[in-house]
Amino acid sequence: MSAIQNTIRIDNQAIPFTPGQTIMDAALAAKVYIPHLCHYPGLPPSGNCRLCIVEIENRSVAACTTPAAADQTICSNTPELNEARKALTQMLFVEGDHICPSCEKTGNCKLQAMAYYLGMLDDHFPQFYQRREIDASHPDILLDRRRCILCDLCVRASREVDGKNVFAIAGRGTKAHLIVNSPSGKLADSSIATTDLATTICPVGAILIKEQGYQVPIGQRIYDHHTIRETSLQEHIAGCDKLKRKEHQDTER
Amino acid sequence: MSNSCQHNSSNLPQEHLLHRLHALQQEYLHISPQAMQQVAVEFNLPLSQVAGIVAFYSFFSAQPCGRFHILFSNCTSCGYLLAGQNLMQLLAQQLQVTPGKTRADGLISIGETSCIGLCDQGASLLVNGIPLTHLNPDKIAQIAQQITANISMDEWPGEWFEIHDTIHRRNLLLTTQLAPGNALQQAITHGAAETLTTIQQSGLNGRGGAGFNTGKKWQLCREKLGDAHYVICNADEGEPGTFKDRVLLHHHAEALFEGMTLCAFVIGANKGLVYLRGEYRYLLSHLQTVLSQRRNQGLLGRHILNHADFHFDIDLVVGAGAYICGEESALIESLEVKPGIPRIRPPFPVTHGYLGQPTVVNNVETLIAAAHIVAHGSSWFNSVGTQKSIGTKILSVSGDCRLPGIYEYPFGVRIQQILDDCGAQRVQAVQIGGPAGKLIGAPDFNHTISFEDISTGGSFLIFGHQRDLLAVHRNFAHFFAHESCGFCTPCRVGTQLLKNNLDKIAEGRGTTNDIETLKQLAFLIQHHSHCGLGHTAANHVLDGLQHFPQVFATHLNQHFVAQFDLDQALESARQITRRDDAAAHLD
Ligand SMILES: Cc1cc2nc3c(=O)[nH]c(=O)nc-3n(C[C@H](O)[C@H](O)[C@H](O)COP(=O)(O)O)c2cc1C
Ligand code: SF4
Ligand code: SF4
Ligand code: FES
Ligand code: FES
Repeated sequence: MSAIQNTIRIDNQAIPFTPGQTIMDAALAAKVYIPHLCHYPGLPPSGNCRLCIVEIENRSVAACTTPAAADQTICSNTPELNEARKALTQMLFVEGDHICPSCEKTGNCKLQAMAYYLGMLDDHFPQFYQRREIDASHPDILLDRRRCILCDLCVRASREVDGKNVFAIAGRGTKAHLIVNSPSGKLADSSIATTDLATTICPVGAILIKEQGYQVPIGQRIYDHHTIRETSLQEHIAGCDKLKRKEHQDTER
Repeated sequence: MSNSCQHNSSNLPQEHLLHRLHALQQEYLHISPQAMQQVAVEFNLPLSQVAGIVAFYSFFSAQPCGRFHILFSNCTSCGYLLAGQNLMQLLAQQLQVTPGKTRADGLISIGETSCIGLCDQGASLLVNGIPLTHLNPDKIAQIAQQITANISMDEWPGEWFEIHDTIHRRNLLLTTQLAPGNALQQAITHGAAETLTTIQQSGLNGRGGAGFNTGKKWQLCREKLGDAHYVICNADEGEPGTFKDRVLLHHHAEALFEGMTLCAFVIGANKGLVYLRGEYRYLLSHLQTVLSQRRNQGLLGRHILNHADFHFDIDLVVGAGAYICGEESALIESLEVKPGIPRIRPPFPVTHGYLGQPTVVNNVETLIAAAHIVAHGSSWFNSVGTQKSIGTKILSVSGDCRLPGIYEYPFGVRIQQILDDCGAQRVQAVQIGGPAGKLIGAPDFNHTISFEDISTGGSFLIFGHQRDLLAVHRNFAHFFAHESCGFCTPCRVGTQLLKNNLDKIAEGRGTTNDIETLKQLAFLIQHHSHCGLGHTAANHVLDGLQHFPQVFATHLNQHFVAQFDLDQALESARQITRRDDAAAHLD
């Protein structure tokens, strides 16, 4: 009885969950991929990118922020939702300057990989060409806001994992932008380090480690060989292992 | 200002951060990086949080504003476009200042702001935060004179600042003034449980827009265990065309505070907060006066009406220009000194609200109705209205009509009746519930105001036959793009695209393909956004396409048009090369 109670159905597939889990966590644990850009295993969810939209009784919700509940009937991998996800990806493309061929992140970029995964062939919407500041002040780390998709991952990673609170998002509407929590507002003035999760978590080429450009040649990069579906499922398993190790350490202490 | 958050039991500082920042903005005309650092230290907050707040709220600015800082309302009713005249441009020309840029000598800056809730007072503006109404070209010239002569605002003619509240129709709530303490005495006599039953039996639903049952909300909050319970009055009234809370706050503050105190009695709260929109700051001293009277009368503070363990007081917190802070969870974020980004819901504020504790958030009108219900009984209330919409609704009527102002009707009133009562003739369309609500044309004027038919938080905007409805759509689209909190992709990017698309159509560069894009965008924003702002931001476009397709169709170009204006795209190149000859232009 309780086994049935703790089950949700995603696209007609029964998926077990533990109370407190989100739809996203339950799905990924069962190797069911729901596209996502602002979710990362182990970080508190945000719900800002809306790539993970699923439908419950014709209502759209974000899988990464919605708790799984017994007997939920969820649609995810439908042509309509994938079209909407593609349009949302196009929105993120036109909002920033994503000239992939000239970007160091190309081939390792989740936004680009998402576009491929969803079959996006053009931008569809007109470009915004917004002016956004670049911060090259730090000796080892570059912040190019023109490519930032405001996913809030670096903000959460710095606060929750690195324990530093280096970033925040400021401003409303399309004026929203990433700010650095330092007196000058510059990265050089902050406590960020190349080993921080905040530095490496950026899904796009907005936060880059300097002087490592093109070490891995184009053609041999992550998404030259894998889809974002594969890497995301992988990332979930790795993330869960890390969490388990951490909990284990915490209890031993 | 000093009395806000005095009774704060939490570890938040004494003065509210929004008030501190407002004071800095007033004194130094901007909030400098140094000031932000100082405030961050004072309040023990990360600098990025302070900077984030300054960037989020429209009334804070990191660049110096003028000593006279003028913000014209850009609402379709109290906005600066008056009978073909652009009053903002007029003033800007006379003072030789570019809107959005402070004049070099620092005397004056002019800009625009979302509806300031003076839709029944003619074209209006805020000068250093104080409203000035009934604008016309003459008055603009006189204002320009005062500013040019650098005459202090205290010496400007007093009648310029007068606001004439006109209540055209009164029903249950507006007919009688409650005697202070009357409802509270009833509640104390009958006890909290029975008082809650009275509210539940009245059938009162929230008046702020969503229409959630008030008795149910209070019950859920009362049942939830917590370290403390809170009652919050949502006086953010940001929906363009709504001004009934302004009038209620001015004339019925007693009843409002009585309603909040009742709620506190029912849910077991010791502290209440009123979140007043920054545009209504001028009402602050009046509200403070009423609060201190009530304290003196034993209706607030410790041992209310000599009850052994009923202690409750109310703080006033003033917002700083952000429509999204009317959304209850964004409002709570703002109270907790953060940018107003709506929370993930569930959990809802009734269980996890202010400081994570069970919280009731109610609209001004809802709380006033609650006070009357406890004073007069639930059957007094539920004898009026329809089966599903009980009681009355207070409407803010404005736009193209002879008698704009406040109208209180029983639920179920027909739209045509309202139009007749306010002297509106040859009406082309009515926007009910503000830009987030519903746009209807004449064939639908036999519909009614009610939760089961056309529901509204109070805004009722009338557009006569001569109005350019496409301009109205553009106005609404600009409003949402400006007010989107920027958190989620569909709303942040989608409202901007919607705005650009409507502008393009209005400029005559749209094609049928753009109508498809409008529909696609509207669908994405409506279905996939994070909060109610996004869910409703495209309603007007969908309604317009359905009821007034010709409004869009007549502007469409039959031939291919480039996505952007090619000649305009050369403008920056022309500026750099200082050329403006024929060869520097296309054709
Ligand atoms: C974008 C947005 C703006 C809102 N603005 C207001 C407002 O100005 N005043 C208000 O009472 N409710 C507003 N609401 C509704 C509130 O979230 C909330 O439902 C209401 O305050 C509850 O009070 P009630 O039950 O008494 O209506 C807004 C909602 C959204 C999504
Ligand atoms: S910098 Fe990268 S991680 Fe941070 S918000 Fe922008 S896109 Fe997300
Ligand atoms: S729908 Fe708009 S206002 Fe609401 S969270 Fe998203 S961006 Fe913010
Ligand atoms: S992954 Fe859920 S909203 Fe971004
Ligand atoms: S390829 Fe550069 S940001 Fe995606």
